[in-house]
Amino acid sequence: MPDNQSHILDQNAGFGETEPPIKVAARDVCVAYDGKQALNHVSIDIPDRSVTAFIGPSGCGKSTFLRCLNRMNDTIEGARVTGSLKIDGAEVNDKSIDPVVLRASVGMVFQKPNPFPKSIYDNVAYGPRIHGLALSRNDLDGIVESSLKKAGLWEEVADRLNDPGTSLSGGQQQRLVIARAIAINPEVILMDEPCSALDPIATAKIEELIDELRENYCIIIVTHSMQQAARVSQRTAFFHMGTLVEFGRTEDIFTNPRDPRTQDYITGRFG
Amino acid sequence: MTDTSDTTSIRDAVSRQLPRRYRAELRFRAAGLAAVASAVGILVILLISILSQGLPAFTVNQLVLPVHLDRSVVDPEGDASEASLRRGAYSRVLQDAIRAEFPEVTARRDLRNLFGLYTPLNATRLMDDVLADPSLVGETYTFRMPIADDLDLYLKGRLVEDRTLATSGLLTISADGDALALNSSAPDFASLVEDAVATMRAEATALDARAERARNLAAELEGSDAEDALYEAERLSAQAQALREELAENDGRIELNRDLPTILVELSGVAVRLTALDANGRSASGEAMLGDAADISGAADWTLYVIDTPESRRRVSDQAIVWTRALEARGLVRTDFNTYLFSNADSREPELAGVKGALFGSILTMLIVICLSVPVGVFTAIYLEEYAPKNRLTDLIEVNINNLAAVPSIVFGLLGLAVFINAFGLPRSAPLVGGLVLSLMTLPTVIIASRAALKAVPQSIRQAALAVGASKTQSVFHHVLPLAAPGILTGSIIGLAQALGETAPLLMIGMVAFIADAPTLGLEGLTQPATVMPVQVFLWSDGAERAFEARTAAAILVLLALMIGFNALAIYLRRRFERRW
Ligand SMILES: Nc1ncnc2c1ncn2[C@@H]1O[C@H](COP(=O)(O)OP(=O)(O)O)[C@@H](O)[C@H]1O
Ligand SMILES: [Mg+2]
Repeated sequence: MPDNQSHILDQNAGFGETEPPIKVAARDVCVAYDGKQALNHVSIDIPDRSVTAFIGPSGCGKSTFLRCLNRMNDTIEGARVTGSLKIDGAEVNDKSIDPVVLRASVGMVFQKPNPFPKSIYDNVAYGPRIHGLALSRNDLDGIVESSLKKAGLWEEVADRLNDPGTSLSGGQQQRLVIARAIAINPEVILMDEPCSALDPIATAKIEELIDELRENYCIIIVTHSMQQAARVSQRTAFFHMGTLVEFGRTEDIFTNPRDPRTQDYITGRFG
Repeated sequence: MTDTSDTTSIRDAVSRQLPRRYRAELRFRAAGLAAVASAVGILVILLISILSQGLPAFTVNQLVLPVHLDRSVVDPEGDASEASLRRGAYSRVLQDAIRAEFPEVTARRDLRNLFGLYTPLNATRLMDDVLADPSLVGETYTFRMPIADDLDLYLKGRLVEDRTLATSGLLTISADGDALALNSSAPDFASLVEDAVATMRAEATALDARAERARNLAAELEGSDAEDALYEAERLSAQAQALREELAENDGRIELNRDLPTILVELSGVAVRLTALDANGRSASGEAMLGDAADISGAADWTLYVIDTPESRRRVSDQAIVWTRALEARGLVRTDFNTYLFSNADSREPELAGVKGALFGSILTMLIVICLSVPVGVFTAIYLEEYAPKNRLTDLIEVNINNLAAVPSIVFGLLGLAVFINAFGLPRSAPLVGGLVLSLMTLPTVIIASRAALKAVPQSIRQAALAVGASKTQSVFHHVLPLAAPGILTGSIIGLAQALGETAPLLMIGMVAFIADAPTLGLEGLTQPATVMPVQVFLWSDGAERAFEARTAAAILVLLALMIGFNALAIYLRRRFERRW
């Protein structure tokens, strides 16, 4: 284990000279499902243009917190969110913020690839279309192409854009979903265990992609793999039983965690 | 690591179970196969029986008669105006036409039978022809009319048992008082004599057996009951005795009557019905049924036509059959495709009855059902499934919808009667009301099926749409509904097919009625009196005339065709939707 950690450290060495600005600021965010508390007073500052990993045992509230950021909790009956959550200083839970507008700027990628049962082209073009981002067919073609390129899928699908998105392999589907998310040019991209349904090679591709996207987006990724968190993220937050136990630079969390629970979790003693 | 001995014991245990598992699987598959086979078998039997019964109704035998449309008869005013043409005596035109074929028929009763070869309703059809083309007046016009329903059945070989016997002798017919004496140079009648004798002997034996049973019964009974039984036994014995004596009398000459098969001697233009057969098998007595038979000698070209069903046990007389055969021989009877079945509405006369009225009624009714129950049902389902909050009220609504699907359909008829007819004052027997009632009946089915289809759409699709910023409505209409469409369609079609085959609720709103005019296919048709296909089947199955039997099956076939068309459309639409993934 210690060997492994040093390796991770090497990989991330040299990071952190310049501190990026804060993108997401949460203060005392609580979530309850049907009165059952799932998230307890979470306060966190997530920086822009970097990857933040959420780790923690199953059921600790990682997905719940992620869903607060694009108000997907609104669609869950019985979910109640309190506290303050600001993206670029604007209150997310404010009545004046329309979830549709919010979600246009906070994209989300789910655990299981969920392309629409439509063509590859239509999958990517759907967002720009409903938001009216493309003025012409040419514009739209351009957006689709650049999104697919950013998602590293263009080479593989360029000649079969009219095939159904569901005909792609799992890894390709997940990259298609990422292309769909970045087609509307969001500021924040939420990824809820994006690789847990994928094989190692597809996972490597996605991780590579996340690393590239980091330059332009604020990326928050939930993961169950310590290695993945160590490889792709600059910040790591450890959740346990609805509370944020520890948050800091990834290398700090993995090399010398302050909380014994974090220590136990990353050394594989529970979780 | 598992112990080696452990693994072997597990393997042993599994293999010991194995034969039993395979046997169970085999049994299950055999049972499934048997169930499928019996279902298919029953379906095939059903189809074959309906087809064999219904197919004859798709052809009709028509009389093709030249009718002379005498101006003074069909145009009493002489001005060729519609009013005048409508007052013409078209039945007389038809009567004259048929009389021209059989000039020898003069007696009033015989004439009435002759005019019974076709239904008088044909006079109206003739009038319609003349009204459509007034230039026919004064001309001789070849008019086609369906032959009377029973004779149609006779011509299709579905009314009587009959056979034609070849003859070898030369036939001589001479007058013998009022009757005719027939003689053949060969024993051509011999087999008929044998048949008749055998029939009479068998009859006598049967009578004896019944008498015996009555006697046995008398022995068991007492008092007046025993006396009655004995009396009955005596009567039956006497009848048997009389039959035997009859056979013995007159040198074995057999008198034919209405209870014995009819025997006709046929030669060109002449038909003689035999009234008695001599034992020698060469001579017989008869009476003329057609043409002049009094003076024929040495005719070689003649046949014996036997109708084994006695006249007393059938609905058409020997005379009518003779006339029909004569018309057929003269080429005046044609077998045509039964266009009346499709171009006419219901009629009291089977030969003119058709399904057009019911078909149009069904189409109009289904249009209402499609326009009402599908959109209302689908939108209700979308609202309940996608938008409605889950609370007491929506639970109550859901339970009610599920219960409504189980309400006997006749209750919807009562509702329709009370609400649409009595309260809203909509007309009775109208497709509009029928459609409304059937829509109510179909709604729960459509809602339940649509909700199930919507529920089956994976949640991840909704999330995907919402996550890229689609509104709720956009996610439903862009993604969920297209995916649910095949299921919604299937459910709706099932509901519509149910409505198409429904009779009971229509009973209440007066759609089970004899309606002789088809509604117009249009908006105004919605309020005209009409009936629907299953009701037509029901009405015809109750018809007194035997010809309605075949028409009932034919109507069922039309209904089945409609259903198959409907389902084919559903499958086609479903394929189309599914091809868009
Ligand atoms: N839709 C929901 N309804 C009710 N409870 C939920 C729902 N989603 C999550 N929870 C509960 O909230 C807690 C946190 O869940 P979640 O955020 O999914 O955990 P994680 O993603 O960290 O595994 C769990 O106890 C879970 O049972
Ligand atoms: Mg989760």
